[in-house]
Amino acid sequence: MYAQLVETGLKQVQDVAEMTPEERAFQARIDADVKVEPKDWMPEAYRRTLIRQIQQHAHSEIVGMLPEGNWITRAPSLARKAILMAKVQDEAGHGLYLYCAAETLGVSRDQMIADLHAGKVKYSSIFNYPTLTWADIGAIGWLVDGAAIMNQIPLCRCSFGPYARAMVRVCKEESFHQRQGYDIMLTLCRGTPEQKAMAQDALDRWWWPSLMMFGPSDAESVHSAQSARWKIKLLSNDELRQRFVDQTVPQAEFLGLRMPDDKLVWNDARGHYDFGPIDWQEFHEVIKGHGPCNRDRLRTRVDAWEQGAWVREAALAHAEKRAAREAKHAA
Amino acid sequence: MSSEWPLWEVFIRSQHGLAHKHVGSLHAPDAEMAIKNARDVYTRRNEGISIWVARSADIHASSPGDRAALFEPSNDKVYRHPTFFPMPEEVKHI
Repeated sequence: MYAQLVETGLKQVQDVAEMTPEERAFQARIDADVKVEPKDWMPEAYRRTLIRQIQQHAHSEIVGMLPEGNWITRAPSLARKAILMAKVQDEAGHGLYLYCAAETLGVSRDQMIADLHAGKVKYSSIFNYPTLTWADIGAIGWLVDGAAIMNQIPLCRCSFGPYARAMVRVCKEESFHQRQGYDIMLTLCRGTPEQKAMAQDALDRWWWPSLMMFGPSDAESVHSAQSARWKIKLLSNDELRQRFVDQTVPQAEFLGLRMPDDKLVWNDARGHYDFGPIDWQEFHEVIKGHGPCNRDRLRTRVDAWEQGAWVREAALAHAEKRAAREAKHAA
Repeated sequence: MSSEWPLWEVFIRSQHGLAHKHVGSLHAPDAEMAIKNARDVYTRRNEGISIWVARSADIHASSPGDRAALFEPSNDKVYRHPTFFPMPEEVKHI
């Protein structure tokens, strides 16, 4: 999911015969489910892949604060406002865990922020869509966090220690996010006809982008195959997407909402839901920067960073001044 | 870009009597802000009653590559464990 445009740099999955002794020992550890830690030897491609993937995951959390932050001042009750603020604070925390995990691989925070602002690394496509009504907040919690959980639970078992441990922490906190969203949808669907219509409209707009979050089919992808070998990617995009559909359709039925997909139907032979074709052109356009909110999201991030510079510098200057004063007194 | 805040490692103790556990790291300009930030990042759900922060630069670790040699002395001293000494059944409280 956060591996959009992540490339391992390899043309094919490495064959055991082509590996150096170090690479072979490394692969053996991965196969034995021994975690890789920051100071361990690792192939450059493994390090680079993780730096990009973890970083994109972190950027997604931080940028993800924006569409929901948009409704904090307009939440329908004080309780809903406080709960939404708690969720957005969690997303900030998740971003921070992930930035620190990425930094253990030798990339600096400043470098990652610079790369994001320059458009060299991405964040999840889903956050380039606007939140038009309060029901969107429900839909995001239910569908977007639901999709994220689907992706993050397997990552708790990924081979890189700091990333896996960050995921354990994140998953514990993420369940509240999904329940909070579904709770909003329940309230709306049990409310007035206008409220239910608002919920249906939000589902109509967020369903397909949520399916796109998992990324295009990677059955043929060399990068996915190598990432799977290294246990950075535990399940395929299609598999995760199918699980998400299977678990979400009954949830929508309970709400009394209609899925915006005429081709959605239970397939007894497969034991899964069949669903309609995804518009991958929309996905690629959004990734390229032409989604509804790309420019806005990036400008907001750049502004926040640049306008906050004086705070970062002042805090550092204050700390240095105090340290110098204490040293003088001690002398 | 301005120069970065230094990195700190964060340790949280969840209850009296337990050890502080390493939970992650964060950037902060000084110890006071490191503790406040640790409170915000790592204890949103009452995870702890005590926070330690230490500059990452002050933490020294054994090298993974040295593991075998470093821990070799304890590998063959199984008599350090009580289970090495079976006691007669009739003997109580030992």
